[in-house]
Amino acid sequence: MSLDISFIGILIGSIMASSVPLILAASGELITERSGVLNLGVEGMMIIGAISGFALMVITDNLFIAVVGSMLSGVIISIIFGFLTQSLLTNHVATGLALTIFGIGLSAMLGKNFVGIPGKEFPILFSSLKESIPFFGPILFGHSIVLYFAFALPFLTNFFLKKTKLGLVVRAVGDSPVSASNQGINVILVRYCCILYGGAMCGLAGAYLSLIYTPQWIENMTAGRGWIALALVVFATWSPIKVLIGALIFGGITILQLHMQAIGFRIPVQFLSALPYLMTIIVLVVISRDSRKIKLNTPTSLGRIFYKEK
Amino acid sequence: MALYFFTPFIAIILTILGGGIIFYILGFNPIEALKFYFLTPISNLYGLSELLLKATPLCLIAIGLSFCFKSNNWNIGAEGQLTFGAIVGGGVALLFYNQEGFYILPLIIIAGAIGGMIFALIPAILKTYFNTNEILVSLMLVYVSKLLLDYLVVGPWSNPEGFNFPETRQFSDSSRMPLLFEGLRIHTGIFLALAAVMLSWFVLYKTYLGFQIKVSGLSLKTAKYAGFKGKTMILVVFMISGACAGLAGVGEITGPIGQLHRMISPDYGFTAIIVAFLGRLNPFGIIFASLVVALTYLGAETAQIFLQIPKYTGQVFQGMILFFLLASDYLLFFKVKILSLKKNELRH
Repeated sequence: MSLDISFIGILIGSIMASSVPLILAASGELITERSGVLNLGVEGMMIIGAISGFALMVITDNLFIAVVGSMLSGVIISIIFGFLTQSLLTNHVATGLALTIFGIGLSAMLGKNFVGIPGKEFPILFSSLKESIPFFGPILFGHSIVLYFAFALPFLTNFFLKKTKLGLVVRAVGDSPVSASNQGINVILVRYCCILYGGAMCGLAGAYLSLIYTPQWIENMTAGRGWIALALVVFATWSPIKVLIGALIFGGITILQLHMQAIGFRIPVQFLSALPYLMTIIVLVVISRDSRKIKLNTPTSLGRIFYKEK
Repeated sequence: MALYFFTPFIAIILTILGGGIIFYILGFNPIEALKFYFLTPISNLYGLSELLLKATPLCLIAIGLSFCFKSNNWNIGAEGQLTFGAIVGGGVALLFYNQEGFYILPLIIIAGAIGGMIFALIPAILKTYFNTNEILVSLMLVYVSKLLLDYLVVGPWSNPEGFNFPETRQFSDSSRMPLLFEGLRIHTGIFLALAAVMLSWFVLYKTYLGFQIKVSGLSLKTAKYAGFKGKTMILVVFMISGACAGLAGVGEITGPIGQLHRMISPDYGFTAIIVAFLGRLNPFGIIFASLVVALTYLGAETAQIFLQIPKYTGQVFQGMILFFLLASDYLLFFKVKILSLKKNELRH
């Protein structure tokens, strides 16, 4: 296989495609965590999004309804998490874990009749430009609209958190819920909104997998991507732009590992597959060692239960 | 306090009701489906043996996790520790694949426990010395250990006469847990679980270490003030937890499986987290909880055979149990609040 310039372009294009679900889910979770809520249910919300999107596509034959429906299903299932952690004050870690286990089970139950049905082709934009421009064509063009949205999302998230008043409110709630509450901010309401937003993005991430990336329904098809997205948020020290970079690195490893197999690279494929996980651990160690660095962006109240005395 | 141990029962009842509703929505007769789920599997001796077989690893792992959770250490990578324990124990078993001897099984068991312990030490050391989040590290290591197992059974450890199936040789008879009854799969590994229950009860409630663990769980500040060695304690609880998970892994491969292959555990390590909570982190509560959760595994298998529902539905029940349990804790919280209000009134 020759490593010519157009091949590298195609390679980068496929790396971008594989990083989309990670960007979407991690950006959603980032907002949730910035408000001080740790939701370990990303994997569960993603898989629910994946089956809902696919099922709606099969039933309505309408991709728009499928995509919107997948986001709604993510919202609905995250309501369970929000209600438990915010209204019933349950432990975030345990509740999130329950959400993931529940989501994987429920998706398999709902998806029973959708196994083996072929997916529908998702429209791609600027497909003519993709072919005509070497190198940049496959990178910039010929993707689904969800991909373009995903690549804009970290910048939008960054703008939201740093430049808007609402973003400030979210950060205030995450860093000091008590002071925010004393300022008259409804902490519980803000956290609810952030949890539901996270659910919507995870639902969309799941739908990207079942409608666009590998257009079909397979049980447990998110295959641990939700957990990687969670790690990515920490990897990025809660900074949206770094989420984008991290997702591209992780997506890159996934794609490279496929190609290395194809050209008969000597390293066993399992070791390459383990790389993203090992890298997350290494990055965690590096950033956590310097407590100032991690404190700079870490929502101070992350995972702590907030309770307002009445 | 009575309510604290009573709410798990409320959670179980609500889960059964919730399950019935889901079955109804999916178009099954809810009563019949629930019967297949919760009664059919344990209506005969074989079923009861299977129940205990599945409860054994869940109980073992949950006992270990209770040490971590009680002291506020979120080890959620027991699945990885189980896998690594099984790899180390399985490696020893493969060394002796053509030999017999009374010493082989104890060696495998010790190797498995050490394997799990070492694997659990990774998040513990990173947490104590590098301030790293143990939730994420222990979780990432689950995938690493599963990929390592995959590599071993496909590559260097695969059975030379196995036609390239992703599995190792069969272990020798001396490497297998002796069966308790002829014709049933329940094996002596259950005594490991019972021993762990007894030991953990003793350590948690009768020793200084247990006292430290409980105090650290209730208030880290108090623990620091009392001069407890926090770092050592974190390492110790992770080691206990990892050893238990490793034992569970060894119990599976030397018990019902008898070799190493890709699927040595149907996520027992994750489900045991639910068991630990449902059992209220109490050794005897965990015995009860492990039986309940084992039943959701069995029920899912039965329902798959009789109703053609995917066996993943077991996870729906497991998730629901934890949801309802956590939710019913609100009752406790409320009660505490009312009590403390009353106290305040008395004071004024």
